[in-house]
Amino acid sequence: MGNRFVSIWFRHLKTDWFSIRQPHLKNLPFVLRTPSHGRMIITAANAVAVMRGISCGVVLADARAIFPELEVQDDKPDLVNKLLTRLAEWCIRFTPIAAIDPPDGIVLDVSGCSHLWGGDTFYLEEIARKLNARGYDIKLAMADTIGAAWGVARFGKESLVASGMHSEALMSLPPESLRIEFETVMRLHKLGLRQVRQFISMPRSSLRRRFGEHLLHQIDKAFGHEMELMQPVQPIEPYQERLPCLEPIVTLTGIEMALKQLLETLCHRLQQEQKGLRSAMFKGYRVDGKVEQISIGTNRPTHHVKHLYKLLEGKLSLIEPAMGIELFVLEAQKVEDHFSEQTKVWEGSGGLEDIRVSELLDRLATKTGMQSIHRYAPDEHYWPERSYKQIALEEKLAIPWRTDKPRPLQLLSKPECIEVTAPIPDYPPMLFRYKGKLHTIAKADGPERIEQEWWLQQGQHRDYYRVEDVEGNRYWLFRLGHYHDETYQWFIHGFFA
Amino acid sequence: MIYLEGSKDSSSMTAAVRKSNIIEDLQRDILRLEGYKSGNNPAVDGGLGPIRDAFPNASFPLGVLHEFLSDKPEDASATSGFACGLLAKLMGNNGAVLWISSNRKIFPPALRAFGIQPDRFVFIDLQNEREVIWAMDEALKCGALTAVVGETREINFTESRRLQLAAEQSQVTGFILRNNFPKINTTASVSRWRITSLPSESIGELPGIGFPKWRVDLIRIRNGRPGSWDIRWIDGEFQPVPKLIPSAHEEQKQVG
Repeated sequence: MGNRFVSIWFRHLKTDWFSIRQPHLKNLPFVLRTPSHGRMIITAANAVAVMRGISCGVVLADARAIFPELEVQDDKPDLVNKLLTRLAEWCIRFTPIAAIDPPDGIVLDVSGCSHLWGGDTFYLEEIARKLNARGYDIKLAMADTIGAAWGVARFGKESLVASGMHSEALMSLPPESLRIEFETVMRLHKLGLRQVRQFISMPRSSLRRRFGEHLLHQIDKAFGHEMELMQPVQPIEPYQERLPCLEPIVTLTGIEMALKQLLETLCHRLQQEQKGLRSAMFKGYRVDGKVEQISIGTNRPTHHVKHLYKLLEGKLSLIEPAMGIELFVLEAQKVEDHFSEQTKVWEGSGGLEDIRVSELLDRLATKTGMQSIHRYAPDEHYWPERSYKQIALEEKLAIPWRTDKPRPLQLLSKPECIEVTAPIPDYPPMLFRYKGKLHTIAKADGPERIEQEWWLQQGQHRDYYRVEDVEGNRYWLFRLGHYHDETYQWFIHGFFA
Repeated sequence: MIYLEGSKDSSSMTAAVRKSNIIEDLQRDILRLEGYKSGNNPAVDGGLGPIRDAFPNASFPLGVLHEFLSDKPEDASATSGFACGLLAKLMGNNGAVLWISSNRKIFPPALRAFGIQPDRFVFIDLQNEREVIWAMDEALKCGALTAVVGETREINFTESRRLQLAAEQSQVTGFILRNNFPKINTTASVSRWRITSLPSESIGELPGIGFPKWRVDLIRIRNGRPGSWDIRWIDGEFQPVPKLIPSAHEEQKQVG
């Protein structure tokens, strides 16, 4: 059986993608733009815009002159490749071998696939229907060579070229259908060669002399005299390992063995691909249909079997085998790059980068939950409660810590109300009563006014005073609001060392 | 060897000196066997001044458990200030500290004033004190940390013994901050401190609050001499206030 190929041509790939996300664009003339040499150039136009005479490569201002109500959005670089790869991966449902064909196509090797859909016609209809349903405007063709399928999809009228008929199908197509450079196409047209059949029988040596080697290669590829290679997309396999059991497992020892075996295979794969897992789930499918599962998370990507086993082992008691477990699945839900050379450098150096610290934190998190571990970095806010933010273990500081203003070592999570005697406006207080005890203030610094950040929260400002009582205890007090406002209140917010 | 000037009976003096040298050596051996490193820790000892003499080998003991008592929030703040001062010296440039607590009040941005990069601290906030002890035990076994700080009101002898052994094994220093402790009980910690705030001294003629000043009571120290000192924290350094006050324990010892 000969090879069969399908070439799919996305006529408005990028604009279709935008219209799928913003349905109102569908029936409007709509273009994408990108800056080039100080001008805005149109890089893609949808069907409606093309109908009005706006095409790619036109300067945006010119297009606006043709049609002032033109809808314009910024083009995304690398969109095409990403989009095509995703579509090619999606096309794996039709054939195991799918490849991208930039800038606007996908090639499928469908040899021996179409009979599963009841024949070539139904097969092509199915592909077209599914892609149309997703919102893409496509044309496709099936032929014995990639080149022929490509040409027929873009320039032919039929979509199905019967086996062995691709040469005939190509004959009536224009020279562009051979995937050749623009200059060669222009030269062929200039010479009046408007169809492939007009020059295909010319001697090869004269074609080569006139139009170069490339044309001959492309002709050979399209007619099937030369092999053309595809680079199929390879979807990422999920990091998952399965272990079916002959007999249902009911004992803890059995579960432990299963876990160990699964971890070893999974970690081996992770190690080879230089990955480390951040979260994993261990599932046991029970005979009675229920699924028992435990999951763990780590602070840093790892593929250390012993460490991961220890983390999961602590939770094994949560698995209830009941009548027995017949299938174990270990899944790494979150996987990140992990370079093992790096760990060697850090090992033994101590400090937060040390692998032992993150393993310790994993152990703590397994028992007490990830939310109990905090590490902080300064945040760009004056309001004390917002002056720091939580960061991950491996994150670096974006801004340095401030030291210019005195801050108490211990801060009350919520300021507590106190009674205060203050002599004159904006002077520090003389006396204050906190938890029933009267403190006489001996020394004081302040006020330091901290305004409420109105774009985050409404409220009054705080005037902070640093005070020391006669016994030598140091406090951070503040007055909420202006002295004259009558409604002001005094609070204690922290203790200085 | 000590050079003695103008000794009349040189032979008997040298014998005495030799004997005292032997005793010193033996004492050092005993300390080493008990798990004290003989090397000094210049980074930590630098600013401690007279307090150093209280420690065995005249050096702040590392890889052991230190206990700090306080009974009101003001003193708890002073205690954490003193502890942070020590931690800053311990950590150097590349240390990591775990701060384990079930009721944390520490304000991270303020740690910078004590010479600590607050992002080198990892705070573990737990539900109850039993978890704090468990987490401390786990953390003290991890040799990559510089120190582990645990805030707990209560700790019994067995628990403290376990922590002390873990610290000795891994050479990680453990600090237990006991604020509002119910009663003083026996623990296996090597030292017991009590820090209280003292009125700050004004800087020259300047109004306002001066540098933090604390009364440091070393109530108990294994193989050392307890004592009481006044100390200030100035520009990232401890600065002992020269006056030495004999502690109550010292007096008792002399009487007994």
